[in-house]
Amino acid sequence: MAEIIFVGFGGQGIIKSGIITGRGASIFDNKSATMTQSFGPEARGGACSTQLVISDSKVLYPYVETADVLVAMSQAGYDKYEHELSEQGVLLIDEDLVKPKPPRDEIKIFSISATRFAEELGNKIIANVVMLGFFTAVTKLVSKEGMKKAVADSVPSRFVELNLKAFDRGFQHKKL
Amino acid sequence: MRIDKRGVLTGTWNLSGNQACAEGALAAGCRFLSAYPIPPSIEVVERFTQRAKEVGAVFVQMEDEISVLAAVLGASWTGKKSMTVTSGPGFSNMMEHLGLGVMLETPCVIVDIQRAGPAIGIPTRVGQGDMMQARWGSHGDYEIIALSPSSPQEMFDFTIKAFNLSERYRVPVAVMSDAYVAHLKEKVVIPPAGKIKIKPRRYYKGRKDKYLPFKRDKDFVPRMVDIGAGYRFHVTGLTHDERGYPIMFEECQEHNVHPLVKKIRHYVDKIVEFQEVETDDAEVVIISYGATSRFALKAMEQARKSGMKVGSLKLITVWPFPDKRVAELAKKAKAFVVLEINYGQIVFEVERCSYGNANVAFVSHGEKGIDNIEDLLSTIEQVMKEKKVRKGIIEYRT
Repeated sequence: MAEIIFVGFGGQGIIKSGIITGRGASIFDNKSATMTQSFGPEARGGACSTQLVISDSKVLYPYVETADVLVAMSQAGYDKYEHELSEQGVLLIDEDLVKPKPPRDEIKIFSISATRFAEELGNKIIANVVMLGFFTAVTKLVSKEGMKKAVADSVPSRFVELNLKAFDRGFQHKKL
Repeated sequence: MRIDKRGVLTGTWNLSGNQACAEGALAAGCRFLSAYPIPPSIEVVERFTQRAKEVGAVFVQMEDEISVLAAVLGASWTGKKSMTVTSGPGFSNMMEHLGLGVMLETPCVIVDIQRAGPAIGIPTRVGQGDMMQARWGSHGDYEIIALSPSSPQEMFDFTIKAFNLSERYRVPVAVMSDAYVAHLKEKVVIPPAGKIKIKPRRYYKGRKDKYLPFKRDKDFVPRMVDIGAGYRFHVTGLTHDERGYPIMFEECQEHNVHPLVKKIRHYVDKIVEFQEVETDDAEVVIISYGATSRFALKAMEQARKSGMKVGSLKLITVWPFPDKRVAELAKKAKAFVVLEINYGQIVFEVERCSYGNANVAFVSHGEKGIDNIEDLLSTIEQVMKEKKVRKGIIEYRT
Protein backbone atom coordinates (compact mmCIF):
# COMPACT_ATOMS: atom_id res chain seq x y z
CA MET A 1 0.00 0.00 0.00
CA ALA A 2 1.27 3.47 -0.85
CA GLU A 3 0.03 6.78 0.49
CA ILE A 4 0.66 9.84 -1.64
CA ILE A 5 0.06 13.56 -1.15
CA PHE A 6 0.14 16.15 -3.94
CA VAL A 7 0.23 19.79 -2.78
CA GLY A 8 0.37 23.14 -4.48
CA PHE A 9 -1.71 26.17 -5.38
CA GLY A 10 -5.14 26.08 -6.94
CA GLY A 11 -4.69 26.30 -10.71
CA GLN A 12 -1.52 24.21 -10.86
CA GLY A 13 -3.46 21.07 -11.66
CA ILE A 14 -2.89 19.42 -8.29
CA ILE A 15 -6.32 17.78 -8.13
CA LYS A 16 -5.93 16.78 -11.76
CA SER A 17 -2.64 15.07 -10.89
CA GLY A 18 -4.51 13.07 -8.28
CA ILE A 19 -7.23 12.17 -10.76
CA ILE A 20 -4.69 11.04 -13.36
CA THR A 21 -2.67 9.00 -10.88
CA GLY A 22 -5.81 7.43 -9.46
CA ARG A 23 -7.07 6.60 -12.93
CA GLY A 24 -3.71 5.15 -13.94
CA ALA A 25 -3.61 2.94 -10.86
CA SER A 26 -7.23 1.84 -10.69
CA ILE A 27 -8.27 1.63 -14.33
CA PHE A 28 -5.11 0.79 -16.24
CA ASP A 29 -3.03 -0.99 -13.58
CA ASN A 30 -6.12 -2.61 -12.07
CA LYS A 31 -5.18 -1.79 -8.50
CA SER A 32 -7.38 -0.26 -5.85
CA ALA A 33 -7.06 3.50 -5.40
CA THR A 34 -8.89 6.21 -3.52
CA MET A 35 -8.52 9.93 -3.84
CA THR A 36 -9.67 12.62 -1.45
CA GLN A 37 -9.12 16.32 -1.94
CA SER A 38 -9.02 19.59 -0.10
CA PHE A 39 -9.23 23.04 -1.61
CA GLY A 40 -10.57 26.47 -0.86
CA PRO A 41 -13.33 28.36 -2.64
CA GLU A 42 -10.88 30.27 -4.88
CA ALA A 43 -10.49 29.19 -8.52
CA ARG A 44 -6.77 29.97 -8.40
CA GLY A 45 -4.19 30.64 -5.75
CA GLY A 46 -5.54 28.98 -2.62
CA ALA A 47 -3.78 26.07 -0.95
CA CYS A 48 -4.78 22.85 -2.55
CA SER A 49 -4.00 19.22 -1.87
CA THR A 50 -5.05 15.76 -2.87
CA GLN A 51 -4.41 12.50 -1.09
CA LEU A 52 -4.22 9.11 -2.72
CA VAL A 53 -4.05 5.62 -1.35
CA ILE A 54 -3.02 2.93 -3.82
CA SER A 55 -3.16 -0.72 -2.86
CA ASP A 56 -3.34 -4.22 -4.32
CA SER A 57 -6.27 -4.98 -2.03
CA LYS A 58 -9.39 -2.92 -1.33
CA VAL A 59 -8.67 0.43 0.33
CA LEU A 60 -10.82 0.81 3.44
CA TYR A 61 -9.41 3.98 4.86
CA PRO A 62 -8.86 6.62 2.21
CA TYR A 63 -7.05 9.26 4.30
CA VAL A 64 -3.28 9.39 4.40
CA GLU A 65 -1.90 8.48 7.82
CA THR A 66 1.80 8.79 7.01
CA ALA A 67 2.72 9.65 3.46
CA ASP A 68 5.15 7.53 1.51
CA VAL A 69 5.39 10.16 -1.18
CA LEU A 70 4.94 13.93 -0.99
CA VAL A 71 4.84 15.86 -4.24
CA ALA A 72 5.18 19.59 -3.49
CA MET A 73 4.61 22.28 -6.11
CA SER A 74 4.40 25.20 -3.67
CA GLN A 75 6.37 26.32 -0.62
CA ALA A 76 3.22 26.78 1.46
CA GLY A 77 2.08 23.27 0.62
CA TYR A 78 5.49 21.85 1.45
CA ASP A 79 5.59 23.65 4.79
CA LYS A 80 2.13 22.40 5.70
CA TYR A 81 2.55 18.74 4.74
CA GLU A 82 6.28 18.01 5.18
CA HIS A 83 5.75 16.55 8.65
CA GLU A 84 3.30 13.97 7.28
CA LEU A 85 6.03 12.33 5.26
CA SER A 86 7.29 9.05 6.72
CA GLU A 87 10.89 8.55 7.83
CA GLN A 88 11.74 6.63 4.68
CA GLY A 89 9.56 8.87 2.56
CA VAL A 90 10.17 10.22 -0.90
CA LEU A 91 9.90 13.95 -1.48
CA LEU A 92 9.41 15.33 -4.98
CA ILE A 93 9.65 19.08 -5.47
CA ASP A 94 9.55 21.68 -8.16
CA GLU A 95 12.98 23.07 -7.31
CA ASP A 96 12.19 26.59 -8.51
CA LEU A 97 9.13 26.83 -6.30
CA VAL A 98 10.09 24.90 -3.19
CA LYS A 99 13.17 25.36 -1.01
CA PRO A 100 13.23 22.31 1.25
CA LYS A 101 14.50 22.26 4.81
CA PRO A 102 17.57 20.11 5.55
CA PRO A 103 16.33 16.56 5.10
CA ARG A 104 15.31 14.65 8.23
CA ASP A 105 15.59 10.89 8.81
CA GLU A 106 16.06 8.89 5.64
CA ILE A 107 13.90 11.02 3.42
CA LYS A 108 15.03 11.05 -0.21
CA ILE A 109 14.59 14.27 -2.15
CA PHE A 110 14.12 14.36 -5.91
CA SER A 111 13.89 17.72 -7.62
CA ILE A 112 12.86 18.89 -11.05
CA SER A 113 12.17 22.28 -12.63
CA ALA A 114 8.75 21.13 -13.70
CA THR A 115 7.29 24.58 -14.31
CA ARG A 116 10.35 25.78 -16.24
CA PHE A 117 10.35 22.65 -18.42
CA ALA A 118 6.66 23.18 -19.08
CA GLU A 119 7.34 26.74 -20.14
CA GLU A 120 10.04 25.48 -22.49
CA LEU A 121 7.50 23.08 -23.98
CA GLY A 122 5.23 26.05 -24.60
CA ASN A 123 2.72 26.19 -21.73
CA LYS A 124 3.29 26.23 -18.00
CA ILE A 125 -0.17 24.74 -17.46
CA ILE A 126 1.35 21.30 -18.12
CA ALA A 127 3.86 21.60 -15.26
CA ASN A 128 1.80 19.10 -13.31
CA VAL A 129 2.13 16.54 -16.11
CA VAL A 130 5.91 17.05 -16.23
CA MET A 131 5.84 16.36 -12.51
CA LEU A 132 3.70 13.27 -13.05
CA GLY A 133 6.24 11.89 -15.50
CA PHE A 134 8.97 12.47 -12.95
CA PHE A 135 6.79 10.99 -10.20
CA THR A 136 6.20 7.86 -12.29
CA ALA A 137 9.90 7.40 -12.99
CA VAL A 138 10.97 7.96 -9.39
CA THR A 139 8.31 6.05 -7.47
CA LYS A 140 7.32 3.32 -9.95
CA LEU A 141 4.01 3.09 -8.05
CA VAL A 142 2.01 3.22 -11.28
CA SER A 143 3.23 1.78 -14.57
CA LYS A 144 4.49 4.18 -17.23
CA GLU A 145 1.98 2.84 -19.74
CA GLY A 146 -0.88 3.14 -17.27
CA MET A 147 0.02 6.72 -16.46
CA LYS A 148 0.38 7.71 -20.10
CA LYS A 149 -3.01 6.24 -20.91
CA ALA A 150 -4.47 8.07 -17.93
CA VAL A 151 -2.90 11.37 -19.04
CA ALA A 152 -4.21 10.95 -22.59
CA ASP A 153 -7.62 10.09 -21.17
CA SER A 154 -7.81 13.09 -18.89
CA VAL A 155 -6.94 16.04 -21.13
CA PRO A 156 -8.78 17.59 -24.10
CA SER A 157 -7.94 15.71 -27.32
CA ARG A 158 -6.11 18.63 -28.93
CA PHE A 159 -3.68 18.75 -26.01
CA VAL A 160 -2.94 15.03 -25.76
CA GLU A 161 0.31 15.24 -27.72
CA LEU A 162 1.64 18.19 -25.74
CA ASN A 163 0.79 16.51 -22.47
CA LEU A 164 2.45 13.24 -23.43
CA LYS A 165 5.53 15.23 -24.43
CA ALA A 166 5.46 16.88 -21.02
CA PHE A 167 5.08 13.51 -19.35
CA ASP A 168 8.10 12.11 -21.21
CA ARG A 169 10.13 15.21 -20.37
CA GLY A 170 9.51 14.61 -16.69
CA PHE A 171 10.02 10.85 -16.98
CA GLN A 172 13.39 11.22 -18.70
CA HIS A 173 14.59 13.75 -16.15
CA LYS A 174 15.09 10.89 -13.68
CA LYS A 175 17.71 9.35 -15.91
CA LEU A 176 19.69 12.56 -16.39
CA MET B 1 -40.76 1.90 -18.83
CA ARG B 2 -37.96 -0.24 -20.19
CA ILE B 3 -34.31 0.40 -19.66
CA ASP B 4 -32.92 3.03 -21.95
CA LYS B 5 -29.50 1.83 -22.97
CA ARG B 6 -28.30 5.31 -23.80
CA GLY B 7 -28.21 6.13 -20.13
CA VAL B 8 -25.87 3.29 -19.17
CA LEU B 9 -22.21 4.19 -19.44
CA THR B 10 -20.96 0.60 -19.32
CA GLY B 11 -17.31 0.25 -18.36
CA THR B 12 -14.80 0.75 -15.59
CA TRP B 13 -14.33 4.36 -14.54
CA ASN B 14 -12.61 6.41 -11.95
CA LEU B 15 -15.46 8.55 -10.63
CA SER B 16 -16.27 10.71 -7.65
CA GLY B 17 -19.31 9.76 -5.60
CA ASN B 18 -21.28 12.64 -7.09
CA GLN B 19 -20.45 11.65 -10.65
CA ALA B 20 -21.35 8.05 -9.88
CA CYS B 21 -24.67 9.22 -8.45
CA ALA B 22 -25.55 11.03 -11.68
CA GLU B 23 -24.55 7.94 -13.69
CA GLY B 24 -26.67 5.74 -11.41
CA ALA B 25 -29.66 8.00 -11.98
CA LEU B 26 -29.23 7.93 -15.76
CA ALA B 27 -28.77 4.15 -15.72
CA ALA B 28 -31.95 3.80 -13.68
CA GLY B 29 -33.81 5.69 -16.36
CA CYS B 30 -34.00 9.07 -14.64
CA ARG B 31 -34.61 11.71 -17.27
CA PHE B 32 -35.57 14.68 -15.11
CA LEU B 33 -33.35 16.41 -12.59
CA SER B 34 -34.27 19.56 -10.80
CA ALA B 35 -32.01 21.26 -8.28
CA TYR B 36 -30.94 24.50 -6.74
CA PRO B 37 -27.21 23.89 -6.92
CA ILE B 38 -25.55 23.73 -3.51
CA PRO B 39 -22.17 22.40 -2.41
CA PRO B 40 -21.13 19.68 -1.90
CA SER B 41 -23.70 18.27 -4.34
CA ILE B 42 -22.94 20.34 -7.44
CA GLU B 43 -21.00 17.69 -9.37
CA VAL B 44 -24.17 15.59 -9.60
CA VAL B 45 -25.82 18.42 -11.52
CA GLU B 46 -22.65 19.01 -13.54
CA ARG B 47 -22.36 15.40 -14.62
CA PHE B 48 -26.08 15.02 -15.30
CA THR B 49 -26.20 18.11 -17.49
CA GLN B 50 -23.06 17.05 -19.38
CA ARG B 51 -24.80 13.81 -20.29
CA ALA B 52 -28.35 15.13 -20.55
CA LYS B 53 -28.31 15.96 -24.23
CA GLU B 54 -27.13 12.58 -25.47
CA VAL B 55 -29.69 10.68 -23.40
CA GLY B 56 -32.57 13.11 -23.83
CA ALA B 57 -32.76 14.16 -20.21
CA VAL B 58 -33.82 17.50 -18.78
CA PHE B 59 -32.37 19.60 -15.99
CA VAL B 60 -34.33 22.50 -14.53
CA GLN B 61 -32.85 24.89 -12.01
CA MET B 62 -35.61 26.35 -9.87
CA GLU B 63 -35.62 29.43 -7.66
CA ASP B 64 -35.42 27.44 -4.44
CA GLU B 65 -35.63 23.90 -3.11
CA ILE B 66 -39.34 24.20 -2.33
CA SER B 67 -40.16 24.54 -6.01
CA VAL B 68 -37.43 22.06 -6.92
CA LEU B 69 -39.27 19.23 -5.24
CA ALA B 70 -42.58 20.45 -6.65
CA ALA B 71 -41.05 20.21 -10.13
CA VAL B 72 -39.75 16.72 -9.39
CA LEU B 73 -43.16 15.51 -8.19
CA GLY B 74 -44.86 16.99 -11.24
CA ALA B 75 -42.34 15.43 -13.62
CA SER B 76 -42.81 12.06 -11.98
CA TRP B 77 -46.57 12.21 -12.54
CA THR B 78 -46.02 12.81 -16.22
CA GLY B 79 -44.15 9.51 -16.42
CA LYS B 80 -40.54 10.61 -16.06
CA LYS B 81 -38.32 9.09 -13.43
CA SER B 82 -37.28 12.16 -11.48
CA MET B 83 -34.66 13.13 -8.98
CA THR B 84 -33.29 16.05 -7.06
CA VAL B 85 -30.00 16.53 -5.29
CA THR B 86 -29.23 18.89 -2.46
CA SER B 87 -27.47 19.38 0.86
CA GLY B 88 -28.67 20.19 4.38
CA PRO B 89 -30.09 23.72 3.89
CA GLY B 90 -31.90 22.64 0.73
CA PHE B 91 -33.09 19.45 2.37
CA SER B 92 -34.75 21.58 5.06
CA ASN B 93 -36.56 23.56 2.38
CA MET B 94 -37.75 20.35 0.77
CA MET B 95 -39.50 19.05 3.87
CA GLU B 96 -42.82 20.66 2.93
CA HIS B 97 -43.01 18.92 -0.41
CA LEU B 98 -41.48 15.73 0.90
CA GLY B 99 -44.74 15.40 2.81
CA LEU B 100 -46.68 16.16 -0.37
CA GLY B 101 -44.69 13.50 -2.22
CA VAL B 102 -45.57 11.00 0.49
CA MET B 103 -49.25 12.01 0.46
CA LEU B 104 -49.50 11.86 -3.34
CA GLU B 105 -47.49 8.61 -3.33
CA THR B 106 -45.13 9.92 -5.94
CA PRO B 107 -42.05 7.90 -6.90
CA CYS B 108 -38.96 10.10 -6.86
CA VAL B 109 -35.45 10.17 -5.45
CA ILE B 110 -33.99 12.84 -3.19
CA VAL B 111 -30.21 12.77 -2.85
CA ASP B 112 -28.90 14.60 0.21
CA ILE B 113 -25.15 15.13 0.19
CA GLN B 114 -24.87 15.92 3.86
CA ARG B 115 -22.54 18.61 5.09
CA ALA B 116 -21.79 20.03 8.50
CA GLY B 117 -24.78 21.90 9.95
CA PRO B 118 -27.10 23.25 11.33
CA ALA B 119 -27.98 26.28 9.20
CA ILE B 120 -25.31 27.03 6.59
CA GLY B 121 -22.69 25.15 8.60
CA ILE B 122 -19.55 24.38 6.63
CA PRO B 123 -20.50 24.01 2.96
CA THR B 124 -17.54 21.84 1.96
CA ARG B 125 -17.10 19.70 5.07
CA VAL B 126 -18.72 16.40 5.84
CA GLY B 127 -21.64 15.78 8.19
CA GLN B 128 -24.30 13.14 8.87
CA GLY B 129 -26.68 15.40 10.73
CA ASP B 130 -29.74 15.00 8.51
CA MET B 131 -30.44 11.36 9.29
CA MET B 132 -33.34 11.96 11.67
CA GLN B 133 -34.64 14.76 9.47
CA ALA B 134 -34.94 12.28 6.63
CA ARG B 135 -37.22 10.19 8.82
CA TRP B 136 -39.20 12.83 10.68
CA GLY B 137 -38.59 16.10 8.82
CA SER B 138 -42.07 16.56 7.37
CA HIS B 139 -45.17 16.84 9.53
CA GLY B 140 -47.84 14.19 9.86
CA ASP B 141 -47.54 10.42 9.80
CA TYR B 142 -45.50 8.65 7.24
CA GLU B 143 -42.82 6.06 6.61
CA ILE B 144 -39.88 6.71 4.37
CA ILE B 145 -37.02 4.77 2.81
CA ALA B 146 -33.46 6.09 3.10
CA LEU B 147 -30.26 4.50 1.86
CA SER B 148 -26.71 5.36 2.85
CA PRO B 149 -23.84 4.72 0.41
CA SER B 150 -20.21 4.49 1.53
CA SER B 151 -18.30 4.61 -1.76
CA PRO B 152 -18.65 5.91 -5.32
CA GLN B 153 -19.62 2.39 -6.41
CA GLU B 154 -22.40 2.37 -3.86
CA MET B 155 -23.46 5.86 -4.94
CA PHE B 156 -24.07 4.32 -8.35
CA ASP B 157 -25.71 1.14 -7.08
CA PHE B 158 -27.84 2.73 -4.37
CA THR B 159 -29.15 5.48 -6.63
CA ILE B 160 -30.52 2.74 -8.90
CA LYS B 161 -31.81 0.89 -5.85
CA ALA B 162 -33.50 4.09 -4.67
CA PHE B 163 -35.36 4.45 -7.96
CA ASN B 164 -36.44 0.82 -7.82
CA LEU B 165 -37.73 1.11 -4.27
CA SER B 166 -39.54 4.36 -5.02
CA GLU B 167 -41.35 2.78 -7.98
CA ARG B 168 -42.20 -0.36 -6.04
CA TYR B 169 -43.57 1.38 -2.94
CA ARG B 170 -44.56 4.69 -4.50
CA VAL B 171 -42.74 6.77 -1.94
CA PRO B 172 -39.96 9.36 -2.22
CA VAL B 173 -36.67 7.60 -1.42
CA ALA B 174 -33.76 9.49 0.12
CA VAL B 175 -30.15 8.71 -0.69
CA MET B 176 -28.41 10.03 2.41
CA SER B 177 -24.86 10.49 1.25
CA ASP B 178 -22.26 12.91 2.59
CA ALA B 179 -19.56 15.30 1.39
CA TYR B 180 -16.93 12.72 2.09
CA VAL B 181 -18.30 9.97 -0.15
CA ALA B 182 -19.49 12.52 -2.70
CA HIS B 183 -15.98 13.86 -3.29
CA LEU B 184 -14.08 10.61 -2.92
CA LYS B 185 -12.78 9.29 -6.22
CA GLU B 186 -12.59 5.56 -6.73
CA LYS B 187 -13.09 2.84 -9.26
CA VAL B 188 -16.71 2.41 -10.36
CA VAL B 189 -17.80 -0.55 -12.47
CA ILE B 190 -20.91 0.10 -14.54
CA PRO B 191 -22.36 -3.16 -15.86
CA PRO B 192 -23.99 -3.61 -19.27
CA ALA B 193 -27.56 -2.29 -19.46
CA GLY B 194 -28.98 -5.82 -19.52
CA LYS B 195 -27.38 -6.66 -16.17
CA ILE B 196 -28.92 -3.74 -14.31
CA LYS B 197 -32.20 -4.56 -12.59
CA ILE B 198 -34.79 -1.87 -13.13
CA LYS B 199 -38.16 -1.97 -11.41
CA PRO B 200 -40.70 -0.68 -13.91
CA ARG B 201 -43.44 1.70 -12.87
CA ARG B 202 -46.63 -0.06 -11.81
CA TYR B 203 -49.11 1.23 -14.32
CA TYR B 204 -52.88 0.86 -14.30
CA LYS B 205 -53.95 -1.24 -17.24
CA GLY B 206 -57.75 -1.31 -16.99
CA ARG B 207 -60.46 0.72 -18.70
CA LYS B 208 -59.89 4.44 -18.81
CA ASP B 209 -63.30 5.35 -17.36
CA LYS B 210 -62.81 2.97 -14.40
CA TYR B 211 -59.52 4.43 -13.24
CA LEU B 212 -59.27 5.54 -9.62
CA PRO B 213 -55.90 7.13 -8.87
CA PHE B 214 -55.77 6.02 -5.23
CA LYS B 215 -57.44 2.63 -5.36
CA ARG B 216 -54.98 0.31 -3.70
CA ASP B 217 -53.68 -3.10 -4.64
CA LYS B 218 -53.48 -5.79 -1.96
CA ASP B 219 -50.03 -4.50 -1.03
CA PHE B 220 -51.54 -1.06 -0.27
CA VAL B 221 -49.86 0.56 -3.29
CA PRO B 222 -52.13 2.22 -5.89
CA ARG B 223 -51.41 2.02 -9.61
CA MET B 224 -50.23 5.00 -11.62
CA VAL B 225 -51.03 6.51 -14.99
CA ASP B 226 -49.19 9.25 -16.82
CA ILE B 227 -50.91 12.61 -16.57
CA GLY B 228 -52.08 13.68 -20.00
CA ALA B 229 -52.63 10.14 -21.21
CA GLY B 230 -56.41 10.58 -21.18
CA TYR B 231 -57.35 9.42 -17.67
CA ARG B 232 -59.59 11.35 -15.31
CA PHE B 233 -57.26 12.49 -12.68
CA HIS B 234 -57.06 14.45 -9.44
CA VAL B 235 -54.38 14.82 -6.78
CA THR B 236 -54.41 16.89 -3.61
CA GLY B 237 -52.37 17.22 -0.45
CA LEU B 238 -55.64 17.15 1.48
CA THR B 239 -56.73 13.80 2.88
CA HIS B 240 -58.46 12.19 -0.05
CA ASP B 241 -60.51 9.21 -1.20
CA GLU B 242 -59.80 6.75 -3.99
CA ARG B 243 -60.74 9.31 -6.62
CA GLY B 244 -58.22 11.74 -5.17
CA TYR B 245 -60.97 14.10 -3.99
CA PRO B 246 -60.59 15.74 -0.57
CA ILE B 247 -62.70 14.28 2.23
CA MET B 248 -61.99 15.67 5.65
CA PHE B 249 -63.33 13.14 8.11
CA GLU B 250 -61.50 10.82 10.48
CA GLU B 251 -62.61 7.75 8.54
CA CYS B 252 -60.86 9.08 5.48
CA GLN B 253 -57.68 9.83 7.44
CA GLU B 254 -57.62 6.15 8.40
CA HIS B 255 -58.48 5.15 4.86
CA ASN B 256 -55.88 7.42 3.23
CA VAL B 257 -52.97 7.81 5.63
CA HIS B 258 -52.76 4.50 7.47
CA PRO B 259 -51.83 2.68 4.23
CA LEU B 260 -48.97 5.15 3.68
CA VAL B 261 -47.43 3.69 6.80
CA LYS B 262 -48.57 0.11 6.26
CA LYS B 263 -47.24 -0.18 2.73
CA ILE B 264 -43.73 0.22 4.15
CA ARG B 265 -44.10 -1.44 7.57
CA HIS B 266 -45.62 -4.62 6.16
CA TYR B 267 -42.65 -5.05 3.85
CA VAL B 268 -39.87 -3.99 6.21
CA ASP B 269 -38.15 -7.36 5.95
CA LYS B 270 -38.01 -7.03 2.19
CA ILE B 271 -36.78 -3.46 2.24
CA VAL B 272 -34.19 -3.56 5.03
CA GLU B 273 -30.66 -4.29 3.94
CA PHE B 274 -27.39 -4.33 5.83
CA GLN B 275 -23.93 -5.84 5.60
CA GLU B 276 -22.37 -7.80 8.42
CA VAL B 277 -18.71 -8.63 8.78
CA GLU B 278 -17.47 -11.06 11.43
CA THR B 279 -20.44 -10.58 13.73
CA ASP B 280 -20.74 -14.31 14.52
CA ASP B 281 -18.27 -14.32 17.39
CA ALA B 282 -18.17 -10.57 17.98
CA GLU B 283 -18.26 -9.22 21.51
CA VAL B 284 -18.46 -5.68 20.19
CA VAL B 285 -20.31 -4.75 17.03
CA ILE B 286 -19.54 -1.42 15.40
CA ILE B 287 -22.66 0.04 13.78
CA SER B 288 -22.08 2.56 11.03
CA TYR B 289 -23.45 3.83 7.75
CA GLY B 290 -22.15 5.87 4.83
CA ALA B 291 -18.66 7.33 5.20
CA THR B 292 -18.15 6.01 8.71
CA SER B 293 -18.50 2.39 7.65
CA ARG B 294 -15.08 2.58 6.04
CA PHE B 295 -13.53 3.70 9.32
CA ALA B 296 -15.47 1.00 11.13
CA LEU B 297 -13.96 -1.73 8.95
CA LYS B 298 -10.48 -0.30 9.40
CA ALA B 299 -10.88 -0.18 13.18
CA MET B 300 -12.33 -3.69 13.15
CA GLU B 301 -9.30 -4.96 11.26
CA GLN B 302 -6.92 -3.37 13.77
CA ALA B 303 -8.91 -4.56 16.77
CA ARG B 304 -9.00 -8.14 15.45
CA LYS B 305 -5.23 -8.03 15.03
CA SER B 306 -4.81 -7.21 18.69
CA GLY B 307 -7.13 -10.07 19.65
CA MET B 308 -10.38 -8.21 20.30
CA LYS B 309 -13.52 -9.85 18.93
CA VAL B 310 -15.04 -7.02 16.96
CA GLY B 311 -17.57 -7.17 14.15
CA SER B 312 -19.26 -4.64 11.94
CA LEU B 313 -22.86 -3.98 11.00
CA LYS B 314 -23.15 -1.52 8.17
CA LEU B 315 -26.57 -0.13 7.44
CA ILE B 316 -27.58 0.05 3.80
CA THR B 317 -31.13 1.13 4.53
CA VAL B 318 -31.03 3.45 7.50
CA TRP B 319 -34.81 3.87 7.18
CA PRO B 320 -36.55 1.57 7.78
CA PHE B 321 -34.11 0.77 10.57
CA PRO B 322 -33.11 -2.91 10.97
CA ASP B 323 -34.83 -3.23 14.37
CA LYS B 324 -34.96 -7.01 14.36
CA ARG B 325 -31.35 -7.62 13.49
CA VAL B 326 -30.02 -5.12 16.02
CA ALA B 327 -32.20 -6.73 18.70
CA GLU B 328 -30.82 -10.19 17.81
CA LEU B 329 -27.23 -8.94 17.89
CA ALA B 330 -27.85 -7.24 21.24
CA LYS B 331 -28.54 -10.66 22.74
CA LYS B 332 -25.31 -12.12 21.34
CA ALA B 333 -22.84 -9.26 21.69
CA LYS B 334 -21.73 -7.42 24.81
CA ALA B 335 -21.86 -4.00 23.27
CA PHE B 336 -22.49 -1.81 20.27
CA VAL B 337 -20.22 1.03 19.30
CA VAL B 338 -22.02 3.50 17.06
CA LEU B 339 -19.98 5.78 14.86
CA GLU B 340 -21.56 8.87 13.33
CA ILE B 341 -20.45 12.25 11.99
CA ASN B 342 -22.91 14.08 14.22
CA TYR B 343 -23.60 14.36 17.93
CA GLY B 344 -25.94 11.40 18.16
CA GLN B 345 -28.85 10.41 15.92
CA ILE B 346 -28.94 6.78 14.78
CA VAL B 347 -27.33 5.78 18.09
CA PHE B 348 -30.74 6.39 19.70
CA GLU B 349 -32.28 3.82 17.36
CA VAL B 350 -29.57 1.34 18.32
CA GLU B 351 -30.23 1.97 22.00
CA ARG B 352 -33.97 1.48 21.46
CA CYS B 353 -33.48 -1.78 19.60
CA SER B 354 -30.98 -3.27 22.02
CA TYR B 355 -33.71 -3.39 24.72
CA GLY B 356 -31.18 -3.18 27.53
CA ASN B 357 -29.38 -6.34 26.44
CA ALA B 358 -26.13 -4.69 25.35
CA ASN B 359 -24.18 -1.57 26.15
CA VAL B 360 -24.39 1.18 23.56
CA ALA B 361 -21.33 3.42 23.23
CA PHE B 362 -21.21 6.40 20.93
CA VAL B 363 -18.29 7.94 19.04
CA SER B 364 -19.20 11.33 17.67
CA HIS B 365 -17.56 13.87 15.46
CA GLY B 366 -14.74 14.99 17.74
CA GLU B 367 -12.19 17.76 17.45
CA LYS B 368 -10.00 15.56 15.34
CA GLY B 369 -12.83 14.85 12.92
CA ILE B 370 -14.00 11.42 11.95
CA ASP B 371 -10.85 10.04 10.42
CA ASN B 372 -9.64 9.22 13.85
CA ILE B 373 -9.36 5.50 14.44
CA GLU B 374 -7.74 5.87 17.90
CA ASP B 375 -10.90 7.25 19.50
CA LEU B 376 -12.90 4.44 18.04
CA LEU B 377 -10.43 1.81 19.23
CA SER B 378 -10.21 3.25 22.73
CA THR B 379 -14.02 3.28 22.96
CA ILE B 380 -14.08 -0.37 21.91
CA GLU B 381 -11.50 -1.22 24.58
CA GLN B 382 -13.36 0.66 27.30
CA VAL B 383 -16.79 -0.71 26.49
CA MET B 384 -15.36 -4.25 26.59
CA LYS B 385 -14.33 -3.66 30.18
CA GLU B 386 -17.87 -2.73 31.30
CA LYS B 387 -19.06 -5.33 33.80
CA LYS B 388 -22.80 -4.89 33.25
CA VAL B 389 -25.21 -3.21 30.90
CA ARG B 390 -25.42 0.50 31.68
CA LYS B 391 -28.52 2.59 31.14
CA GLY B 392 -28.55 5.04 28.27
CA ILE B 393 -25.84 5.85 25.82
CA ILE B 394 -22.23 5.75 26.95
CA GLU B 395 -19.84 8.44 25.74
CA TYR B 396 -16.28 8.09 27.00
CA ARG B 397 -15.17 11.17 25.19
CA THR B 398 -17.39 14.06 26.19
